[in-house]
Amino acid sequence: MALDRKIAYIDLSTGKSEIKPIPLEVRKKFIGGRGLDAYLLFNNAPQGCDPLGPENTLIISGGLLTATCASATSRTHIMAKSPLTGLLGSTNMGGFFSAEMAWADFHHLVITGKAEKPVYLWIHNGQIEIRDAVKLWGKSSTETQWAIREELGDQEIKSAVIGQAGENLVTYANVMTGIKNAGGRTGMGCVMGSKNLKAVAVRGTMDVKIAHPLEALEFNKKFIEQITTAKVNKTQGTLGTHFIWGATNSWGGIRTRNFQFNQMENADELEPESLDDIATETMGPYHMTGCFGCQVHCRAQYRIPSGPYAGIYNEGPEYTSFGAFGSEPDCNKAETVLTANYLVNQYGVDNLEIGSIISWAMELYELGIITSKETDGIDLRFSNADALIEMIHRICTRKGWLGNVLADGGIPASEKIGKHSFDYLIQVKGMNNLHSDERATPGLALNIATSSRGSDHLRSRPAIDLYHLPESVLRKIYSSPVPYEGPLSSDSMEYIGKPWQVFWQENCYMAVDSIGICKYHTTFLGATLPNFEDWPRAIYLNTGLELTPKDIWDAAERSNNMERLFNLREGLTRYDLVKGDMLNHRYFDEPCLRGAPDVIGIMIDRKKFDVMVDEFYGHHGWDKEGVPTQATLTRLGLEQEPTHLL
Amino acid sequence: MEKILTVNYEKCTGCRLCELVCSVKHEGVSNPSKSRIQVVKWEDEGRYVPMICQQCEDAPCQSVCPVGAISRDKEFGFMKVNYDVCIGCRSCVSICPFGAMNYNTMARKVFKCDLCDGDPQCARFCEVKAIEFVTADKVSSLKKREGAARQSAAGKQALAIEERA
Repeated sequence: MALDRKIAYIDLSTGKSEIKPIPLEVRKKFIGGRGLDAYLLFNNAPQGCDPLGPENTLIISGGLLTATCASATSRTHIMAKSPLTGLLGSTNMGGFFSAEMAWADFHHLVITGKAEKPVYLWIHNGQIEIRDAVKLWGKSSTETQWAIREELGDQEIKSAVIGQAGENLVTYANVMTGIKNAGGRTGMGCVMGSKNLKAVAVRGTMDVKIAHPLEALEFNKKFIEQITTAKVNKTQGTLGTHFIWGATNSWGGIRTRNFQFNQMENADELEPESLDDIATETMGPYHMTGCFGCQVHCRAQYRIPSGPYAGIYNEGPEYTSFGAFGSEPDCNKAETVLTANYLVNQYGVDNLEIGSIISWAMELYELGIITSKETDGIDLRFSNADALIEMIHRICTRKGWLGNVLADGGIPASEKIGKHSFDYLIQVKGMNNLHSDERATPGLALNIATSSRGSDHLRSRPAIDLYHLPESVLRKIYSSPVPYEGPLSSDSMEYIGKPWQVFWQENCYMAVDSIGICKYHTTFLGATLPNFEDWPRAIYLNTGLELTPKDIWDAAERSNNMERLFNLREGLTRYDLVKGDMLNHRYFDEPCLRGAPDVIGIMIDRKKFDVMVDEFYGHHGWDKEGVPTQATLTRLGLEQEPTHLL
Repeated sequence: MEKILTVNYEKCTGCRLCELVCSVKHEGVSNPSKSRIQVVKWEDEGRYVPMICQQCEDAPCQSVCPVGAISRDKEFGFMKVNYDVCIGCRSCVSICPFGAMNYNTMARKVFKCDLCDGDPQCARFCEVKAIEFVTADKVSSLKKREGAARQSAAGKQALAIEERA
């Protein structure tokens, strides 16, 4: 059996670590990556624990196929209780970290306790060492990574690190690896900071066994062809992920000025093609870069063209940065987006969260809810790029009253600011929404409302909705590996059938996050991309593990229920605007004002939305409160949890 | 005609799939440290250079070998190691100007690119064609064409700037 990577349990308080194998039965039940993380978190983090306390459990993992001969399988997953939401904290990043971790003999690191002073973990070929990081404290994300390489004398070391935002316990601080790979959501960098853990450095030269090497190699070639022939990936591999931003914006699906509009005007400079001319010209014609073993290579390389950071090299900016630093604060200069993107990568903070929270503060400022007294004189109007950049600095360093308040996250900030400020906070479960405006796409609205880690576009998004594919194609995708004969609609503005799509997509992405593949190699944006029926062969040839598509589906469903159980245990209730499966009232009360004719005037129908949630719970086997029924738990073999098998 | 493995580092996206497929093909495991090709990276400037054996005409590895274990393969033209003769002194590893001769600490053997007996997997899997396996005469003609394209683009740009001014 090729699956001999292990779990390391590391207690930073005592400095002790223990290494355990992963039993095959647990593999089959939870596969690996995010699925197994969910099991480990539910079993290891005590109920009601303080997210910033030593008892919170931070799990860093690679997927089942990480570092094997299957394309683009280097996603790193990180899980803990979230300091931002108080619920499930979970984030996923690309790069090279998890593959290197696998070559160093580990698939999961379970980190508890708190070090007395700043430390970093050095993990090398099965060895775990806790090293002093006092000298690294205060360094940015890339400075930290390069310093570790210098200190240990090996340029091939990969590190998952925090920047200053994580040290300062900004509740949405992220974990960074490389220039721009970010484990962005739910503040996992803040958890690392609370443990005095500056970085986890890995380097491995051990074999990752391949069950059937030559066949796996040939299968990979086919897999790659399937991936690279999809037009969406060709586009992505040329322009980067924000290629879709322009299309969505012209249609009217981009949240602008916090939530006042659904389209950004005068945004020519933010179109991917313009950016290509402005910022990547110096990088030569082939300016895209990829994660380990990836053929999509969706990251653009750029140099900041002008301003105080002119000439600095960076990667991205992703789709999300265009929303966070472009449309939401209504700043239409490429320089602003590129600069902000560089700063958040260096500080190690979630671009989406910080951009959204500043845009929220901008609306509050324009409404007079906060004044220049709270902003220390900063003119926090929309479109003020200097104010946006200054607020990024202030939040990450907790400078000034407002910077410090906003660093705590949206809900605590709204409590401190008061005066109906909460009504303007576009969040689910305490996490800000992506810049997309889902009022015209009920399926996507259901997705963000019910996602296990708070408002989220990568957990169950049927983004394929926007293509208006024929129903026959949708039926082909959504009826496998379990048959589905209920309603489906190729109209993205419909409510009917969407709960199944969101449910299906949720299981699909759980499987993807557990196997360790990137979502661009699945049906996220293209109907022909690999799916449940393609993965068993890849898994078998690489690991020798025989799973059917239905086995993978079941494991994904089991893992999703595990996440649900965690959230319920930590206080999720259906209609709660703070910790529930609910949307901000503006989705239901304020119509879209811009965009294509079919979008103008549209908003989410409260009753229909409620029916969608009911139906979605029904597909899951959950009751009206969103709690898994006994029958569901028994069917999935979860009735004894926590079982503490690991 | 003899084919040559060429690298255009400007095209490399730094994904290191070449390292993976090389180790799987030759060793049956995923392990870049056992790969015959390695991508050297300067991540803070976005520069990635795949380093491979150049199969040098006047090969230092061959010249330095004290026992004559290294010779040119007649069929495919690559430099190969005769393990029946090799004494594992690693002189070839020390002298190779490209770092393309490697040493496997587990097997205690030197190893190098053998062009996968005429079907190099690194080139086969490189989607962006940063690594290509082409006939010898094509190498310089391809480079000429690329160089000419750059020159002509620069010319057009200069003209446009002149017109604007």
